[in-house]
Amino acid sequence: MNEPDYHLESDQNVRRIAYHEAIREALDQALEVDPHVFIMGQGVDDPGAMFGTTLNLHKKYGNQRVFDTPLSENALTGIAIGAAIGGMRPVYFHNRPDFLLLTMDQLVNHASKWHYMFGGAVNVPLVVWACIGRGWGAAAQHSQALQGLFMHVPGLKLLMPSTCYDAKGLMLSAIADNNPVLIMEHRNNFRHIGFVPEAPYRVPIGKGIIRRSGKDITIIAVSYMVTEAFSAAEALAEDGIDAEVVDLRTLRPLDEEIILSSVAKTGRVIVADTGWKTAGITAEIAALISEKGFRFLKAPIIRIACPDVPTPAGYTLEEAFYPGKSDIEEAALKLLEQK
Amino acid sequence: MDLNDYSQKLLIKLYFDMLRIRKVQLHIESLYHLDEMKTPIHLSIGQEAIAVGVCASLYQNDYISSSHRSHGHYLAKGGDLKALIAELYCRETGCSRGHGGSMHLVDTSVGHIGSSSIVGGGIPIGTGLGFSIQMKGEDRVSVVFFGDGAADEGVLYESINFAILKKLPVIFIYENNQFSVCSHVSARQAGEIIFHKTPADLMTSYKVNGNAVLEVYEVAQHAVQRARKKQGPSFIECKTYRVRGHAGAGSDEKLGYRPLEEIRAWESKCPINNYLQELRDNGILNEEILKEMEAVIDREINEAFRFAQESPLPEASDVTKYLFCD
Repeated sequence: MNEPDYHLESDQNVRRIAYHEAIREALDQALEVDPHVFIMGQGVDDPGAMFGTTLNLHKKYGNQRVFDTPLSENALTGIAIGAAIGGMRPVYFHNRPDFLLLTMDQLVNHASKWHYMFGGAVNVPLVVWACIGRGWGAAAQHSQALQGLFMHVPGLKLLMPSTCYDAKGLMLSAIADNNPVLIMEHRNNFRHIGFVPEAPYRVPIGKGIIRRSGKDITIIAVSYMVTEAFSAAEALAEDGIDAEVVDLRTLRPLDEEIILSSVAKTGRVIVADTGWKTAGITAEIAALISEKGFRFLKAPIIRIACPDVPTPAGYTLEEAFYPGKSDIEEAALKLLEQK
Repeated sequence: MDLNDYSQKLLIKLYFDMLRIRKVQLHIESLYHLDEMKTPIHLSIGQEAIAVGVCASLYQNDYISSSHRSHGHYLAKGGDLKALIAELYCRETGCSRGHGGSMHLVDTSVGHIGSSSIVGGGIPIGTGLGFSIQMKGEDRVSVVFFGDGAADEGVLYESINFAILKKLPVIFIYENNQFSVCSHVSARQAGEIIFHKTPADLMTSYKVNGNAVLEVYEVAQHAVQRARKKQGPSFIECKTYRVRGHAGAGSDEKLGYRPLEEIRAWESKCPINNYLQELRDNGILNEEILKEMEAVIDREINEAFRFAQESPLPEASDVTKYLFCD
């Protein structure tokens, strides 16, 4: 399906391609221009090709540069770090963030520390990619949205794109970055078809974007929740409520400026995330606003996040577990009652 | 070992390098109680032959990765002494700008890419350096130093599997000093480490007396040659003993977790004294050269400590420096 038309101002001659194609194009272009870039991960050269993002790249660039790995997630992360220190630019794919938990030692204790701990003597230009699962009864160990855990870690850049355009542009920025970067994707984004220029381009890391401008209420969202927030905002517009939608795109380093200036404008805030509520993304953003933007607030912040339980498998339970458009709409109406 | 098989220059260098590492460590130890080096130290006194024997077979651009017990590896590979001591004093001139401390040494100019204090943490990173060598088609090797504590970790198996799979130019140096803090290797591992059972064409394994520098050097030479010829990884177990405590200065005899006789027996296997005896017996070192060596080393150590003590401390504003690079 087409993603929401955020880019109405953009050139309508730009082609539309699918989300996975956008990522694949970024990888293809990075492999093409820099011989140090390589792609690794279990299944990157199989027919599923990491949801199509790496499809047939091994045929074009050879199995030296695009290759299947042993599962060994922790060692392979360390190996990618070592390769990065040795001058390569690894991109390490995991099809689920749940498997990132097996890499925590190398990702948190090593990759995120190496530049700081050695006083800037060594760089680790590493990209790690994982895609949050949702639906099909994926359940507690195949659908965790662990961005809160990783946002906690200094020294690790954390990206969560929501559009085809950003998926490509942020991937190219991540590969060009000289620091460890974690890209947390969301399976639902892969339903989208969106405008993507063919030539390589970079979306700046650390910059959010306004997806819809509004004056009554601010909805700050990440990843797939941007889509839900946008649908909610369009529905609210029919009721005469003008909502602004902020897509953070990068969680670390966080674009405080875009958050605070939107809050200053509207004074009413909803924060929506795909992950858990406690000590998660919504908690951090709400804390930031209360620290630095309290004077703008006309009502308490409302957080939209998953309840603090593991993901259930059954579809009726899943429906109860995942918040979405209607929760955001309800929250908006509630906020506007509080004049 | 027949000393005639080696050049006099090499024989003397091995002794000098071991003595230098020992003296540096003793000097650190002697000043540690002053609490001016505010960082935990992990001495490798009695284990110098491993670092020196291995690094003597390496070139400057070969990589090493190392652990919390890393002073010996760093110095044997040619790491800058002043920068090491300054790091122990947490100075701005330290090898890690005072951000790393004793367990996080680095000197990229000699292929030392940083040591990890997470036991086993440096193993996959050193393996990955071997992978970068292979991908870039470089003529160098990567040496991974780790101890028997790290041999308890699953990441060792994962890393060796990958090194074998990709035939990487990596040499795994299993520095078995028999202790992880106070627990003996027999409390943690049922028997000999499994990698001695790996088919030799996949990975050559060796067992050597880690207190005999020439034995270590000899097998390291084989392993390094195998790596340079792109024949794949090697595994070298160097049996030794941690005569000092896990951390800090001095003996930990009073803790009573190991028999005194065992400590004494291993002290008598001192890699430096025994090697010196051999050199003397063969007329390779005389008292005059020895005195000169001691003087050279003492002078260098004193200079390094003075440099460290006189160096500036990092500024408070440096606390956020180096988080990310450009």
